[in-house]
Amino acid sequence: MNERAIEELGKELDAIEAEVKASLGERDRRYITRLIRIQRGLALTGRAVIFASLPLVSSGAPFFCVLASGAVMLGIAKILENMEIGHNVLHGQWDWMNDPEINSRVWEWDNVCPSDQWKHSHNVVHHTWTNVIGKDRDVGYDVLRVTDAQPWKPAYLFQPIYNFVLMLFFEWGVAFHDIEVDRPLSKSKHLLRGIAKKATRQAVKDYVLWPALAGPFFFWVLAANVIANLIRNVWAYTIIFCGHFPEGVHLFTEKDVEGETRARFRVRQIMGSCNIEGGRLFHLMSGNLSHQIEHHLFPDLPSNRYPEIAPRVRALCARYGVPYNTGSLLRQFGTTTLKIWRLSFPSPRRPAIV
Amino acid sequence: MATLWSRLNDVAGLVATPLVPSHYLAILNPLWATHTLEGRVEQTRDETNDTRTLTLRPGRNWRRHLPGQHVRVGVAIDGRRVVRTYSISSSPDRDDGKITITVKAKGPASTFLARNVSPGQYVSLSRPEGDFVLSEAPRQLFVTAGSGITPVMSMLRTFELRGSMPDVAHVHYAPTDRDVIFGDELRRITDRYPAYKLSVIQTRERGHFNPGHLPADWEARRFFACGPEALLEQLPPGATIERYHAKRAAIPRDARGGKVHLRMSGLEVGADAQTPLLVVAERAGVAAAHGCRMGICHTCDVTMQSGCVRDLRTGELVTEPGTRIQPCVCAAAGDVALDL
Ligand code: FES
Repeated sequence: MNERAIEELGKELDAIEAEVKASLGERDRRYITRLIRIQRGLALTGRAVIFASLPLVSSGAPFFCVLASGAVMLGIAKILENMEIGHNVLHGQWDWMNDPEINSRVWEWDNVCPSDQWKHSHNVVHHTWTNVIGKDRDVGYDVLRVTDAQPWKPAYLFQPIYNFVLMLFFEWGVAFHDIEVDRPLSKSKHLLRGIAKKATRQAVKDYVLWPALAGPFFFWVLAANVIANLIRNVWAYTIIFCGHFPEGVHLFTEKDVEGETRARFRVRQIMGSCNIEGGRLFHLMSGNLSHQIEHHLFPDLPSNRYPEIAPRVRALCARYGVPYNTGSLLRQFGTTTLKIWRLSFPSPRRPAIV
Repeated sequence: MATLWSRLNDVAGLVATPLVPSHYLAILNPLWATHTLEGRVEQTRDETNDTRTLTLRPGRNWRRHLPGQHVRVGVAIDGRRVVRTYSISSSPDRDDGKITITVKAKGPASTFLARNVSPGQYVSLSRPEGDFVLSEAPRQLFVTAGSGITPVMSMLRTFELRGSMPDVAHVHYAPTDRDVIFGDELRRITDRYPAYKLSVIQTRERGHFNPGHLPADWEARRFFACGPEALLEQLPPGATIERYHAKRAAIPRDARGGKVHLRMSGLEVGADAQTPLLVVAERAGVAAAHGCRMGICHTCDVTMQSGCVRDLRTGELVTEPGTRIQPCVCAAAGDVALDL
């Protein structure tokens, strides 16, 4: 693609952005306020169902069914809160409403990672340096080898295992993501303190207070809450790993992005992101990260608009010959997982250590 | 003991972290919330052809107002929240706990409130504020114009509910008799309390303020004035007057660049219409928080206290005081005051 075409594409994308921004209004506000109400109602109902199962404790199967459905509801509520609500609010997607609560300044999400740290590691670092090796800390999250360009080390042999562990404890992975292991501890101290404070509150809520309210049934409520958090972790991991790792995604070097214009930046965002195909409910549950490409192009446009923007972006990409990576969840997640397994071994074509 | 109780309360509140239990109560009934304050519109009543009184039931978080105080009222227009200040026109001594605000359909926000809000809807409220409040002085003077009568109405209604009216002289300005907000009620009070002397000046016929409208003994009275700035400016200089007016600066639509007031840093610098305000602040030596510098990350967000900026990406003007703007992609469009 020549410079002219890139700049033209950039202008077309700017036009989409301006058009959508100008059309934001009551409909969008209703979407997010309703969703927040539904999410809170679901969380409360989930907890209530968990407690409602307790009198059945000696009944065997019925007890487990009710307890599990409560846990699933709570898990889904947490998914909605973290993904379609929290992640997007923290991007400032709803700041235009001038709402005192639903805005990126004050929002705190139901996750052990403190919002302010997330806004730095994610909104600033990841969204600016998307897929630039050595700059974007989301490339392998510092622990995984996700491209042949990362030199192989023997430790990577175990990466299928710690990849699995990361999936189970994903919220913790996200929380510690901003702590650079190679940085002196003193520099990370205030970050760690913030995480400790937030994480304590989160843990006290799910693993102490709510179980304690159940008295003798402490462990059942604890178990249900652990499951709810696991559901959220596994789902969030699944969706998020489909964002930038599936087969065919492009990675960049620092040299590639030197002197990058806004339009070039956007082309990199398209080439470095991957969408997942699915129905409306699926997009909602994925926090519209299934529209990862649109999200990276317009991170502060409200996520409820991504579905209508996606076909336009896709058509533009086809017209300008920019690869637009999309596929089923199975394809995107499958190729991601295979890649992580494959890259635990040295790459055949390149020398292992450069 | 109190601290132990509040400690326990804090721990109990953790069941809702990162929210507070009040967020969940608010789903059931917004008026039960304690983390915010909303009011439900209970009734609307047209006072004149462009003025409407809204009766509101404020939520649990409300504190009783003093007669004369005002409240900030927020509504979402086109999805965007705008907040305006209105005097409370009801007396705090009303026994149903409701308050009324009287809104003149002028400007987009007030017009919305006066025309499009119906019973059952919720508006956001601040707690009552302001020190234009009822006085116990035996002799008082009210000078009001147009909707400037609203805070004074709260005072009069309070006197009425108490059943004791001090010696009040009231000069009110309105274009014609029909435009007098609360006209019937004022006449009723006049009939009932000889101590209350109202003179309505119809400005269509008799023009605006002139010192001759004041009672001869005005200097011996506690003087309250409420109305547009043009009225307040004409009042006798040197007098001790409780003044109150709602002011909103007009924004020149075609403004280009302007003076930038960085409030936190106490600086004022000039800016053109192209330079992002983040750069303007940095050149002035203010280390402003930022991340991407291209409008993506919202690290740089800052509150615009007043004035007008242009979003350089869309060309859109932002004029609503209190809006969070992204200084990395906004430039001055006229004078602007930022929390930087
Ligand atoms: S610095 Fe990133 S939005 Fe302004």
